[in-house]
Amino acid sequence: MGGYGLYVWGSYVVTFMCIAGEILLISNRRRTLEKQYSHIEDLDNNETKNETTS
Amino acid sequence: MFMWIIKRDLLLAMRRQSDVLTTLFFFIIVVSLFPLSVGPEMNMLRTMAPGVVWVAALLASMLSLGRMFSNDYVDGTLEQMLLSPQSLSLLVLGKAFAHWLVTGVPLVLMAPVLGIQYDLPTDALLVLTAALLLGTPVLSLIGAIGAALTLGLRGGGVLVSLLVLPLYIPVLIFGAGAVEANMAGVAFDAHLSLIGAFLLVSIVFAPWAAASSLRVSLE
Amino acid sequence: MAINWFKYSSPASFYLLAGKMVPVFVFISVMLLIVGLYVGFFVAPTDFQQGEAYRIIFIHVPAAWMSMFLYVVMAFWAGIGLAFNTRLSSMFATAIAPTGAMFTFIALWTGALWGKPMWGTWWVWDARLTSELILFFLYIGFMSLQAAIDDPRRADKAGAIIALVGVINIPIIYFSVQWWNTLHQGASVSLNQAPAMATTMLTGMLIMVLASWMYSIAVILKRARVIILERESHTAWVAELHKKGAI
Repeated sequence: MGGYGLYVWGSYVVTFMCIAGEILLISNRRRTLEKQYSHIEDLDNNETKNETTS
Repeated sequence: MFMWIIKRDLLLAMRRQSDVLTTLFFFIIVVSLFPLSVGPEMNMLRTMAPGVVWVAALLASMLSLGRMFSNDYVDGTLEQMLLSPQSLSLLVLGKAFAHWLVTGVPLVLMAPVLGIQYDLPTDALLVLTAALLLGTPVLSLIGAIGAALTLGLRGGGVLVSLLVLPLYIPVLIFGAGAVEANMAGVAFDAHLSLIGAFLLVSIVFAPWAAASSLRVSLE
Repeated sequence: MAINWFKYSSPASFYLLAGKMVPVFVFISVMLLIVGLYVGFFVAPTDFQQGEAYRIIFIHVPAAWMSMFLYVVMAFWAGIGLAFNTRLSSMFATAIAPTGAMFTFIALWTGALWGKPMWGTWWVWDARLTSELILFFLYIGFMSLQAAIDDPRRADKAGAIIALVGVINIPIIYFSVQWWNTLHQGASVSLNQAPAMATTMLTGMLIMVLASWMYSIAVILKRARVIILERESHTAWVAELHKKGAI
């Protein structure tokens, strides 16, 4: 890279890190959401179960 | 109606003298801090003076933005204003004008005194005062939008500065630029006319924008 | 047959549509990225003046263009959301902001890294770099305002107002910074127009611009879907979707 390697790779590496970071942020935001839903779902199931048994 | 709200706000401001003075003393202290940090060397201070005075004016007027609507918001008069048949933009214009009278004008009057502290030549002082006279109302008007948006938010004070400072930058550039142009012996009237243009544009648009943000905040 | 435009304006149907579109755009952007990088690094010649350092242009210019373009798109959707009270457009504006801020940061970072070998300093108060920095502050202001307001409806509307006020101010800020820059130390060494570019350099850069378009669409749709899920968590269609495990 003609002596400019640090600058060229420095910028490319940071760019791809930002892109990867953004994608990871979205996917774990989605994962926490799914955990929430399954949690709510379990609560609903237990409620319906208690109602039917009691 | 317009007069009523200005009289009312001035009356409120007069009752709490401390608000007016705190902003003014904040301005004085910030401006006096710089020579202590940069060193007493005169022509360094002279070149820095316009920038320092303008940034201090920006921060001082921004400090008191929070109180522009919050007192009325807390005791409910803001809702009455929203419901009143009067146009809300006029009310907001009146409030911004009152805010300018309370915070902007003292800064303008105090600027020449501080200019002497920075050994500014007299005509530069005049240009500084004129630029501040034109610029500070713009700060209050644009600040009204920020204050209306962050009404009742926790940490609203810091948020207002984040929202509003980028929008102050053109006024800052031409305000400090006018004084610098004058000190460099170049024509400075272009700068002043531009700040005048900002003033006219913000008089027309800012109250409308602030009114709609009030409606959003109070819905 | 009348196309029912408003079918996709309801979050539920848009969610499914976006779900189908995201993989398509991801695929296109990856393809374009590979081609662009290949052209950029192997086909384009070394610049006679800047040597290899100019290869940063292949991400700096697309990022800068994207950051400005995305702000205008964000303000557009925010304006639509404010005017027509359509929740989906405001959600879309909220989804755009982080990607726009990221591109602004990348533009500033790569600009600094490119400036170091070329101008000798990390940061030059060049007019465009400065207005890019101010654009970054506008993005941060929008996002922090929306984060500070709990009620989503008010956050959307308040964000819309600050985005619209911001978009009106962008030209004013740009020209005042331009004037300020030429006023002070004269026109500093600024990359006022891209150096006479060999065609391969230009094509490489344009491919990268397209790649960044596709990437932005994919990421924004992806984030929009998550925002829809967050805001519509109480609705029946989300619960039913979750049961089917097709979330």
